[in-house]
Amino acid sequence: MTVTDNPVASFHDNDQHPVGFGRMLRKEDPRLIRGKGNFVDDVQLPGMLHLAILRSPYAHAKILGIDVSAAQAHPNVVAVITGADLAEQGLAWMPTLSNDVQAVLATDKVRFQHQEVAFVVAEDRYSARDALELIVVDYEPIDPVMDVRKALEPDAPVIRDDLDGKTDNHCFDWETGDAAATDAAFAKADVVVTEDIVYPRVHPAPMETCGAVANVDQISGQLTLWCTSQAPHAHRTVYALVAGLPEHKIRVIAPDIGGGFGNKVPIYPGYVCAIVASLVIGKPVKWMEDRTENLVSTGFARDYVMRGEIAATSDGKILAVRTNVLADHGAFNGTAAPVKYPAGFFGVFTGSYDLEAAYCNMTAVYTNKAPGGVAYACSFRITEAVYLVERIVDCLAHELDMDPAELRIKNFIQPDQFPYTTKTGWVYDSGNYEPAMRKAMDMIGYDELRREQAEKRERGELMGIGIAFFTEAVGAGPRKDMDILGLGMADGCELRMHPTGKGVLRLSVKTQGQGHETTFAQIVSEELGIPPEDLEVVHGDTDNTPFGLGTYGSRSTPVSGAAAALVARKVRDKAQIIASGMLEVSVADLEWMKGSFQVKGDPEKSVTIQDIAMKAHGAGDLPEGVEGGLEAQICYNPENLTYPFGAYICVVDIDPGTAHVTVRRFVAVDDCGTQINPMIIEGQVHGGLTDGVGMALMEIIEFDELGNCLGGSFMDYLIPTALEVPDWETGHTVTPSPHHPIGAKGIGESATVGSPPAVVNAVIDALKPFGVRHADMPLTPSRVWETMQGNHTPPI
Amino acid sequence: MQVPAPFEYERATSVDHAIALLERLGSEARLVAGGHSLLPMMKLRFATPEYLIDINDLHDELGYIRVEGDEFRIGAMTRHRELLESDELAAAFPIFRDAEKVIADPVVRNRGTLGGSLCQADPAEDLSAVCTTLDASCVIRSSDGERVLTMHEFHRGPYETAVEDAQMLTEIRIPIRPNGSSAYEKVERRAGDWAIVSAGAAVWMDGETISDARVGLAAVGPNTTGIGAISEALRGQVPTEELYATAGGLAAEASRPSADSRGTEAYKRHLADELTRRALRRSVARITGTNGQEA
Repeated sequence: MTVTDNPVASFHDNDQHPVGFGRMLRKEDPRLIRGKGNFVDDVQLPGMLHLAILRSPYAHAKILGIDVSAAQAHPNVVAVITGADLAEQGLAWMPTLSNDVQAVLATDKVRFQHQEVAFVVAEDRYSARDALELIVVDYEPIDPVMDVRKALEPDAPVIRDDLDGKTDNHCFDWETGDAAATDAAFAKADVVVTEDIVYPRVHPAPMETCGAVANVDQISGQLTLWCTSQAPHAHRTVYALVAGLPEHKIRVIAPDIGGGFGNKVPIYPGYVCAIVASLVIGKPVKWMEDRTENLVSTGFARDYVMRGEIAATSDGKILAVRTNVLADHGAFNGTAAPVKYPAGFFGVFTGSYDLEAAYCNMTAVYTNKAPGGVAYACSFRITEAVYLVERIVDCLAHELDMDPAELRIKNFIQPDQFPYTTKTGWVYDSGNYEPAMRKAMDMIGYDELRREQAEKRERGELMGIGIAFFTEAVGAGPRKDMDILGLGMADGCELRMHPTGKGVLRLSVKTQGQGHETTFAQIVSEELGIPPEDLEVVHGDTDNTPFGLGTYGSRSTPVSGAAAALVARKVRDKAQIIASGMLEVSVADLEWMKGSFQVKGDPEKSVTIQDIAMKAHGAGDLPEGVEGGLEAQICYNPENLTYPFGAYICVVDIDPGTAHVTVRRFVAVDDCGTQINPMIIEGQVHGGLTDGVGMALMEIIEFDELGNCLGGSFMDYLIPTALEVPDWETGHTVTPSPHHPIGAKGIGESATVGSPPAVVNAVIDALKPFGVRHADMPLTPSRVWETMQGNHTPPI
Repeated sequence: MQVPAPFEYERATSVDHAIALLERLGSEARLVAGGHSLLPMMKLRFATPEYLIDINDLHDELGYIRVEGDEFRIGAMTRHRELLESDELAAAFPIFRDAEKVIADPVVRNRGTLGGSLCQADPAEDLSAVCTTLDASCVIRSSDGERVLTMHEFHRGPYETAVEDAQMLTEIRIPIRPNGSSAYEKVERRAGDWAIVSAGAAVWMDGETISDARVGLAAVGPNTTGIGAISEALRGQVPTEELYATAGGLAAEASRPSADSRGTEAYKRHLADELTRRALRRSVARITGTNGQEA
């Protein structure tokens, strides 16, 4: 291997560079892989202090008193702040993204283990941490509510007694679909299958934990906050609304971010503490949580206890799906979802199938667990919805003794039915499911695998083939339906061309590793016919980018990607007018040739976009009414969500003696509409598939009955390594979105959504000789073995 | 970043120097070798020693694998990677390479040591099971001299060994016996995790019959366990699937696992049985040159 001294130069020399869409290396990678990224913890300011948070050892306890005197006496400690101190300023509580409130620091009692109780600001991180051990808190423990099924029992201790008149642990009820029509469909069905399905609590566990550096300028009153935020603009507005700080005096900077997966959508108490500390002390203050703090206190995902019911005819026509869900929201409802969607987009639990009816009834409760709810690349709860429907369809295949691929194909929404309105009211924009399914089956050699499986079963060997077919709903969202805390989910974009034909593109969304600096440059490159490397992408800084709601729920390409294409078209439209002046023809006589305007029928007469940019900034007259400069701005309000889909097939082998599962092969055929950079898409799919193997086989945040979180380190919370996953086999079909300017759909979370049921279905298929129809994740060796013994709800 | 509580740091230049430092600094001093157990515990503040005595400079003195007389002698500072890569050790005791392949990951193996693993005395620790299986003895040195203990004497309980204040483990000795082989079987939730259960076996044969055999288990009780009853049941017998099943049954019976996030009691007991059979089968196959697959 040759090592070059100037990888940037060799990168630019790469002749595989597309103009527009296509495979190209990521523009951000030279800095990231050489350790030249700039993350929050890299921010060092003169005089900066360090903040550490004292957390509760109890899941549920009254706070009788806090003695901070010894901590304050520590020589390197600058301040010790408790909930009582914050309460004096009216800052002890803050709103969550779901119109609940959450304690910044506990005042009356603690409601989950590791809840924030006090913080120390010291001259260095070690002293801050040391001083935490000098704070004495007098707790009076209360019985915790840890079992979601017992949260609504009449004698359950009331967790949220801070809320006026609250006498139980009920959080909200929600329903969707038509209950009566669904009952009728079930009544006439030949076959009804019911299964209790748990999606356990898991954690996104990004490589970089959450943190912030707050710096309040004592003279100007300007707050600059560097923080691990997937949504810097939304965060800024919330700070303005909560703390009463004038919004124009707040600058939120999300620098390089080491993974988000939804974990960095909420506003955490630690951010607020850092801001308060800087305000009070007048110096910059850094807070970076450690790994344990991240796992035990920040946004978790799932924790849905679902009863799935499916009704079908005896020949396998699915009539209806019904589900009852008990949702564990933890101590505060910290779900980040559009206001009208308290259960996120769980309503797409009807999956990819043409049903007569569907109904969901959900009860959400409070428990003494950390708040959160949507994280870990779940597309606003679509992970749970897809898992439910893809598991219950497999249960139906089991009961009907039908091939699960055949059953799915038989029930797919047909291409001519799009746009298709589901029985729960979602309008799927486009789809063509069977070719994707057939392609996955061809790639993996489905029929041959079934033959192999039959032979192996004869010999007592355990091999399973699992299928999942998912439809996602991503790109929130149309402002008529969707807002978070009153902020519409549209996104801005701004493109400014420089005189030499290079440009700067400013985005409201923010990458956490998805490759925005490349993908968005390629979108504009495709529209303007200039090389992607001639475009600088600026994002993550509220002072330098237009307003928008940020990156989560696979929304960047569906929303902001559309904005980028449209802003480029605005620039192109203006360029066309300038070109008409340069070529002395009318606008209508010009033809766009991807990079230049040419006089129709006269290829000799043309001007490039670079020529036009110089003209726009240069000497001489422009056509009448045209201002100088070449730039545009847009705020894009999506007409609908986009509905990517995919067919996933997984093959597993299980050691009959140890019950250890090996994922042998995994084929993922994704359709995210128009592909911008297939390499980046494959990378996102690889990551999501790995997530899925992790959730299916090993990941879980568990608690003991006292409320102790048992997943507080990577020794206890397992995430898969390269040794647990096969070489991914990816394929694609292309069904463009009809309403997106370039036909693209989101892809970021498809694989995380689609892969867990594929892996679980494969394991259950392997266990068919044992009569097994269902077992809950994670399918650890112990749980698989217990299932093989006929124990269908093993504890581990 | 998780940060440890304050501590003082000393760097030992010889075994005698390390012992002198231990004597001077008292019971709040801890030796640090590879640091892959102690440092995480310090960062989590489960361990808060006042002094760390770094013995990594002692690798020259205590990092060795050599044969002396009828035993292998392995220095306590020998790193996992050296154990993994030693062809001489693998030829005599294939169990070492079997185990080292499934201990943690290359980063840990580059740094972690045999002595550190044994002194951590985690009931799920792999090399403790290997040493138990091979009837190893442990050399503990203090300013008064050396004493040599069996693995049984060395392990006093979970995370507790016979190494007292101002003493250090310096060497492991393993008897070499003819016509033998060994194997290690481990089930883990994920590569690099601690064992759910693991089993080591060592078998010595005299013609068609087993002259002696030993089985050591990890993660099925408070300590890594050598099971005498298995040795008794196997001696003088011709190896068969039925015999392995008998041994597996004895292993399960001798196990006292507790349920945790790695598995239920019943599953762990089952694994003790299954992995004992596999380890014995593979050990015998290595002696007889058969493939060691299921009969």
